[in-house]
Amino acid sequence: MKRWVAVFLLAGWMQLAGAIDTGPAFADPAQQDRYERIIHDLRCVQCRGQSIADSNVGLAADLRRQVRELMAAGKSDVEIMQYMRDRYGDYVLYNPPLNSSTWLLWAAPLILVGAGAVVAVIVIRRKSKLPEDGDAGEDHGVPAASDTGAP
Amino acid sequence: MWRYLLPVGLFAALVAFFFIGIDRDKETLPSPLIGKPAPQFELTAVHDPDKKVASSTYAGKPYVLNVWATWCVACRQEHKTLLEIASRKEVPIVGLDWKDDRALAQQWLQQLGNPYAETAFDDEGRVAIDWGVYGAPETFLIGADGKVLFKHIAPMTMEVWEREFLPRINGPVADKRAVTGARTE
Repeated sequence: MKRWVAVFLLAGWMQLAGAIDTGPAFADPAQQDRYERIIHDLRCVQCRGQSIADSNVGLAADLRRQVRELMAAGKSDVEIMQYMRDRYGDYVLYNPPLNSSTWLLWAAPLILVGAGAVVAVIVIRRKSKLPEDGDAGEDHGVPAASDTGAP
Repeated sequence: MWRYLLPVGLFAALVAFFFIGIDRDKETLPSPLIGKPAPQFELTAVHDPDKKVASSTYAGKPYVLNVWATWCVACRQEHKTLLEIASRKEVPIVGLDWKDDRALAQQWLQQLGNPYAETAFDDEGRVAIDWGVYGAPETFLIGADGKVLFKHIAPMTMEVWEREFLPRINGPVADKRAVTGARTE
């Protein structure tokens, strides 16, 4: 039963996904992959939360057509992305470039990991300093006297 | 002690971030075209498919490009303002009818009045893409040197016209904020 529900839901999703891009598929699967990758990397500036691959508003359809035409004209990925940036700005890219207004966005994970590491080091150091009287055995700082009950 | 102050400090920083964010306009995207040469175009006129409307006609003088469509509710809202601006004859307004129906557009101009020196018919939306249009209405100001001076993303108002457009037509001003707008859709 559950499996059938899943199949049913999935089928519905597939139909939805197919309905958005009504253009013909590329004859070359590699070109199709490239096209899919590009349109998933471009934000629909009209509908914000979606890529132009996911949106069915008019502007997204126009931009998909534009990507197809640029590909047909032999433009590289970089050139196509630059074409979009020249018109809509960095916001159109789901993978924003590193510049003065985005450095914090890019640096944030490193800063957070760094801060976490500092805290971890402080905590570990402090904890490892606490019981100085333990022996060098496998028992981690547990006094030997209380060890008798261990299996 | 710092162990108790740290969460409080983090919380304060978060509050500060939100406070800055609350006033920020997240709907209006800055246009990369500001200060760059305006994209050239040549399209058919809304009124006559055999007639051309070309940006080259306006070279050497400032002009306004207003992106509109009959399906755009906010365009109807700003139409009276455009008529008033046109009546002052300070600068020509060129219309860009975006992804529209020609007959409906002609009807619109006949019924509501025509503020445009000329209206280009961009049914495929290609010129709009060159201008980075992502909604309607959008209004650009192009300077005598052919560069885009300003973009307003929302219905035009007399206040915006007098505060942002007129000073830039009459002379260069320091551009702190070359894109304004607050789209309500």
